[in-house]
Amino acid sequence: MPIQILMPALSPTMTEGTLAKWIKKEGDKIKAGEVIAEIETDKATMEVEAVDEGVLGKILVAAGTANVAVNAPIALILEDGEDASALSAAPSTPSAPPAAPQAAPQASSQAAAAPQSVVSAPVATPVAASGHRVFASPLARRIAAQKGVDLKTIAGSGPHGRIVKADVEAAKAGGPVATPKAASAPTTSGPDAKQLADMLGMAYTEIPNNNIKKVTARRLTEAKQTIPHFYLSVDCVLDNLLAARAAMNEAANGAYKLSVNDFIIKANAMALKAYPAANTSWTDDAVLQYTHADISVAVATPNGLITPIIKAAETKSISEISNEMKDLAKRAKDGKLKPVEFQGGTFSISNLGMFGVKNFQAIVNPPQSCIMAVGAGEERVVVDDGKMVVRTVMTVTLSTDHRSVDGAVGAEYLQYFKKFIENPVLMLA
Amino acid sequence: MTEQNFDVVVIGGGPGGYVAAIRAAQLGMKTAVVEANHLGGICLNWGCIPTKALLRSAEVYHLMSHAGEYGLACEKPSFDLKKIVERSRGVSKQLAAGVAHLLKKNKVTVFDAYGRLQGKGKIEIEKKDKSKETLSAKHIILATGARARVLPGLEPDGKLVWTYREAMVPESMPKSLLVIGSGAIGIEFASFYRTLGADVTVVEVMDRIMPVEDEEISGLAKKAFEKQGMKILTSAKVVKLEKGADNVTCHVESNGKVEKITVDRVIAAVGIVANIEDIGLANTKVKTDKGQIVTGKYSETDEAGVYAIGDVAGAPWLAHKASHEGIICIEKIAGVKDVHPLDKSGIPGCTYAHPQVASIGLTEAKAKAAGYDVKVGRFPFMGNGKAIALGEPEGLVKTVFDAKTGALLGAHMIGAEVTEMIQGFAIGKTLEATELEFMHTVFPHPTLSEMMHESVLSAYGKAVHF
Repeated sequence: MPIQILMPALSPTMTEGTLAKWIKKEGDKIKAGEVIAEIETDKATMEVEAVDEGVLGKILVAAGTANVAVNAPIALILEDGEDASALSAAPSTPSAPPAAPQAAPQASSQAAAAPQSVVSAPVATPVAASGHRVFASPLARRIAAQKGVDLKTIAGSGPHGRIVKADVEAAKAGGPVATPKAASAPTTSGPDAKQLADMLGMAYTEIPNNNIKKVTARRLTEAKQTIPHFYLSVDCVLDNLLAARAAMNEAANGAYKLSVNDFIIKANAMALKAYPAANTSWTDDAVLQYTHADISVAVATPNGLITPIIKAAETKSISEISNEMKDLAKRAKDGKLKPVEFQGGTFSISNLGMFGVKNFQAIVNPPQSCIMAVGAGEERVVVDDGKMVVRTVMTVTLSTDHRSVDGAVGAEYLQYFKKFIENPVLMLA
Repeated sequence: MTEQNFDVVVIGGGPGGYVAAIRAAQLGMKTAVVEANHLGGICLNWGCIPTKALLRSAEVYHLMSHAGEYGLACEKPSFDLKKIVERSRGVSKQLAAGVAHLLKKNKVTVFDAYGRLQGKGKIEIEKKDKSKETLSAKHIILATGARARVLPGLEPDGKLVWTYREAMVPESMPKSLLVIGSGAIGIEFASFYRTLGADVTVVEVMDRIMPVEDEEISGLAKKAFEKQGMKILTSAKVVKLEKGADNVTCHVESNGKVEKITVDRVIAAVGIVANIEDIGLANTKVKTDKGQIVTGKYSETDEAGVYAIGDVAGAPWLAHKASHEGIICIEKIAGVKDVHPLDKSGIPGCTYAHPQVASIGLTEAKAKAAGYDVKVGRFPFMGNGKAIALGEPEGLVKTVFDAKTGALLGAHMIGAEVTEMIQGFAIGKTLEATELEFMHTVFPHPTLSEMMHESVLSAYGKAVHF
């Protein structure tokens, strides 16, 4: 086997250098200790001495090449008895030290043409390789596979951070043992905020994350990273709705007090009934199209975000929806919802209109396909029949999972919604 | 007198206490052990170790008696009980000296004295000459162990009615013996005396002997002992002992009838009670419940700086549990990384009778009661080449798996050398192996351990040799 000559590190900090000049030519005999090439670093020009004896079989990096990484092979020496035919086998099987990974020889052979490509290759590879190994007990692996828990999201509590059965079970149950790390790991991008703040001496208070926050963080990160989102906005004129609302509330005699949001829930329920293609979930094998419009309504609570559900909202009157929503929202704020009241749901609504927000884009609430972000109803000047008039207008933005609800479906859905919300009388049909 | 200060003082020098002390010293803490009797505790002086020496004598005697089966001749084998006991005492003495040496080597101060808590990190020690001293310590480990339980009417007198203590140093060989209780201690003595020729009756209040073991193992043990000529009475209770000059008439009640059995000696082996009296608990906030000290995950008590390990802190009453608890407790105190509480489902238990019994984890019945859907594997000694070659064809290796996850829930073995094999399953449990890792492990041939492999294969319908 030909012996590789590697790009030497001429100082402890050197990571790359320029191969300035070859002193020996291919075919020259080399003795150990002879100078074979000159290398420039940012500081100096140094001579490269041969360590082994033989014939300089092949020069891999041409003179004048810049940015040659340390430990990249630069030439091959043929030992006694070897001829040039041995060269062809050599470059792909480096006998280089572990610091020079597989990628390096290939990179350097292209170095003359594209020297930049050499630079990062040797450094990146080992890091990537070591990042993939997950240490977990066989039983932990099996339970994780059965429960669909990703081991990469779990912090191990066993010896040397090994993931054991208890960690998987805790992660699955959202229990306290392993979740703090598990939940925050995927939500923290870049450097760890605490480490950085401590390093820089920044003042802060730590507000511990409760389970709702951890679960929300994990699910939102997963949703935003894995679901192909896109967004469609539409303006809706609310004058008819406001008139209807005023009339109905006046007639209610205190039996109910309808909010704009109640109408939005109902309008979505009616739109989903009329156009079920938006009432879906994506799975690998099939798109699930739901029979009922179970509408999740985002409620901010002191403990975090929670989404109680108006089930089969298409079958309920606006006043029923209104009263049910008031009850759910109150119990959500008191932390008294039963799981069945906030798990499930086929479509979500998030309304920030009361804060004067004009429009925003929400993150899809998996496994649902759509979430509607509702902005404030405000008086705007609009053009109606060639004239400028003042109307109360609200902008809604639908975020959808493109896998199950594509652009045309989303747009068509919004047409249905707009029809109902602008003409609430149609919801009586 | 000036008070001596320590980082750690351990009260009790048994397998929990002396191990904790050595570990503490290794971690750089100034450590002392206070021991009133013998370093090494009951285990080394009056329990595990000397009984193993006695049982080894019995085993060799058994082999001599069956020499013909191996093509050997041993005319009229006999024994000298005095020398058997001497050997057993010698083994204990040697090991106790070893413990003293280990403590010295690790620079642990040993007080040959009785220790009592005084509260606020202080310990009063009372030496043999009644002189008293006070020690102070940041951390105090209670490792005072346990003693034989005494039931009313069955009080041992040391002459006719023995505890383990007298049973271990008999002056003469009783011709007949009744053992009350068929736990590990009772069964080991029953086996020892039966092998040496005594007529032995075992009385067990539960419906089977060795009641903590898997039912199938209990059944096989009963059969094996009965075959050796032991008389076993289950669901039976000794209600009265009538002492004669050199014998005892035992009134044994079962099914409402009372049977009178007259024997030379009685051994009471009806469990143990923790030594919680007269150790100064009243001077502290340490709580007790059902006669044992209440502790947390890392052996901490309700009094800050006071910990309890081993028998005094509850079941299982095993030396290896005490040692392990001691190490965990000390490492937690020292702030060693990656310290985990003891998983009590992974502690093996062994009985060194002939045949031996060893087990770990849940019995089949307990696994089912806990709601597991189980897969059970069995492999009999009869199917194992090494067992046949050894002339030990009786026994069973039973494994219980969680059908859903493949976790080994329990393993239960009876037969020759099973006490040396159970650690294999213990390692597997610690590593959280599934059935696949056991199946993929190469067991050497020919060994008894191959039965462990076959038992796992059998649980999944893949046994080769049976």
